Amino acid sequence: MAKYIFQRLVYMFITLFIIATASFFLMKQLPGSPFKAEEKLSAAQLEILYEKYNLNDPLPIQYLNYLGNLFQGDLGVSFQMNNQPVTEILMSRIPVSAHLGIQAMIIGTIIGMLLGVVAALYSNSVIDYASNIISVIGISIPSFIFAGLLQYYLGVELGILPVAFWGSFAHTIMPTIALAIFPLAISARFVRTELIEVLGSDYIVTARAKGVSNATLMFKHGLRNALIPLVTVMGPMAVSLMTGTLVIEQIFAVPGIGEQFVTSIMTDDFPIIMGTTLFFAFFFILIILVIDILYGIIDPRIRIAGGKD
Amino acid sequence: MAKDNLDRDLFVPAKQDDEGSEKIQRPSLSYWQDAWIRLRKNKGAIFGMIVLFIIFIMAIIGPFFNEKGINDQDLGLSKLPPRVQGLEDVRWLGLDGTKSDTFEASSVEAAKERLRQRYTQRDDEFMTYDVKSDKDGSAEVTGYFHIYEAKGLQDQYYWFGTDTLGRDLFTRTWYGTRISLYIAFLAAAIDMVIGVAYGGISAYYGGRVDDVMQRIIEILVGIPNLVVVILMIMILDPGIISITIALTITGWIGMARIVRGQVLKLKNQEFVLASRTLGSSNTRILSKHLIPNTLGMIIVNTMFTIPSAIFFEAFLSFIGLGLQSPQASLGTLINDGFKALQINPYIMIFPAIVISLIMIAFNILADGLRDALDPKMRE
Repeated sequence: MAKYIFQRLVYMFITLFIIATASFFLMKQLPGSPFKAEEKLSAAQLEILYEKYNLNDPLPIQYLNYLGNLFQGDLGVSFQMNNQPVTEILMSRIPVSAHLGIQAMIIGTIIGMLLGVVAALYSNSVIDYASNIISVIGISIPSFIFAGLLQYYLGVELGILPVAFWGSFAHTIMPTIALAIFPLAISARFVRTELIEVLGSDYIVTARAKGVSNATLMFKHGLRNALIPLVTVMGPMAVSLMTGTLVIEQIFAVPGIGEQFVTSIMTDDFPIIMGTTLFFAFFFILIILVIDILYGIIDPRIRIAGGKD
Repeated sequence: MAKDNLDRDLFVPAKQDDEGSEKIQRPSLSYWQDAWIRLRKNKGAIFGMIVLFIIFIMAIIGPFFNEKGINDQDLGLSKLPPRVQGLEDVRWLGLDGTKSDTFEASSVEAAKERLRQRYTQRDDEFMTYDVKSDKDGSAEVTGYFHIYEAKGLQDQYYWFGTDTLGRDLFTRTWYGTRISLYIAFLAAAIDMVIGVAYGGISAYYGGRVDDVMQRIIEILVGIPNLVVVILMIMILDPGIISITIALTITGWIGMARIVRGQVLKLKNQEFVLASRTLGSSNTRILSKHLIPNTLGMIIVNTMFTIPSAIFFEAFLSFIGLGLQSPQASLGTLINDGFKALQINPYIMIFPAIVISLIMIAFNILADGLRDALDPKMRE
């Protein structure tokens, strides 16, 4: 196990290195300059600014500087936002996105699981069909359409929730719902399929024959085994949350990392774009790693033996 | 006892029909015939197929239904609500070509006055009213502003209305659908060509080749689609080409892994061995034996990739990193509509419905295909 994790960490490092390199060189190809908005600057003033930010150095030197700084956790300073260090900006924005993401993930998975359990218990009933339709709709309809409809009906027409911005718990409700739809739908569907299969298996019949109560049967024997595959869909869920934050934060004007990222792309703020890209990649790889390790822990049958897959 | 009343002569020994018992009752079906029968029984999948077929046809012929072009702007015709022939009297559908709003005021007349102000009308020539409630001191009136008549467009019909620049949304929606369908075909092609070839070669040749190819995948799989797409979009201009390239780089990895797993399982089975003993070339074994036996899984996986690719394009266009105005994609149309959602919700509704239908149809068709192509489901 230790060897396996070490091996994975090495790959993780290579991937991050490649992304860092690629994003650096691609970013250098970008048209425009971070100072293009300042029209009043003369050529000489521009030169001073370029010199100050080491933008006149040859590319390889810039690259090495960048990698060196990266190792020290220094992602540079923002070109657009009063020289604020990128790390600082990210740190101030990550908690907001994390708050939203975790809230959405927990609510979505719990409701989805309940829906899945009910659907499996009453399979081929009206409840099952309804839960099926909910999960197909939840997986199919893009989150930004949900967000738009929520904002229009709950925020504008009914006026019961704040339309946008961040502050109180009420502000988090609509973005959370919009983000939670996908995890809800996907976990409902997975739990249903797995639970139906598990409930038909021999050890459940044995347990029932021994006189185990329905509730114990369901939660101790059934659900626990049905949850294993749910770990595998955590990957797609994490991706959906990542893309979700970009749109949802934009729509609800939530000061999170996704909203910052989109703004930075529009304003050519290289250091922030690079920093966020690396952060997203890091987050994604970490999730994949955690899923693989969790998978081994939860299900002893697939525990990785001797570090070989 | 009743038994005693039965005469022995009443009984005739049953004739054993040797031939009949050996007869094959069920018609012999190939894998694909069997899958098709199961798919046909699945109402959802059939519904999905029909919806996709209609949308596909509409994407081809829809833009030619009227003479308005995709970029014909006329600010004088901006924000016209949808109006469809024959549905003008069915008010609740919202396709009657009127704008409506509801106001509460102290009296019916005061509410009407506010409605006239809302639509900058001096008199009631183009207004009709619907008094919801009229009690002492408070009245609720819904007013309908007949904007087509007011603009002298009695014989004009914009089925989906017009956007803020006066462009016909019907034409633009179907143009946008073309983009989504292009993305669908692209994603499918990338999966089928690159993914299948990569996975197949990696598993079949094994050894050093497999090692190198798997290491490459292991590195690529850690790179989120989103990051690659955004990096690509930044050096190229945002648009269909950068989305195409980005999908080509990242779109095939899941498929390559699935095909590799399947081929690894199949390549040591007897029928492959037999074929090799008979002198088949590697290419022949791969293309005639291994890939066809993996085809069910390939199709199912492709069907699940398509909606996520369509979503990805729409999502990028929505946040402004995909197609750019004046090009139309369902994502940009929804974004345009989103900006006007409070006053003119219909601008967003139609493209939103179309993309939702496409996504739902692909998803339930994929579900149906997964069940149909699974041999375990055979009765």
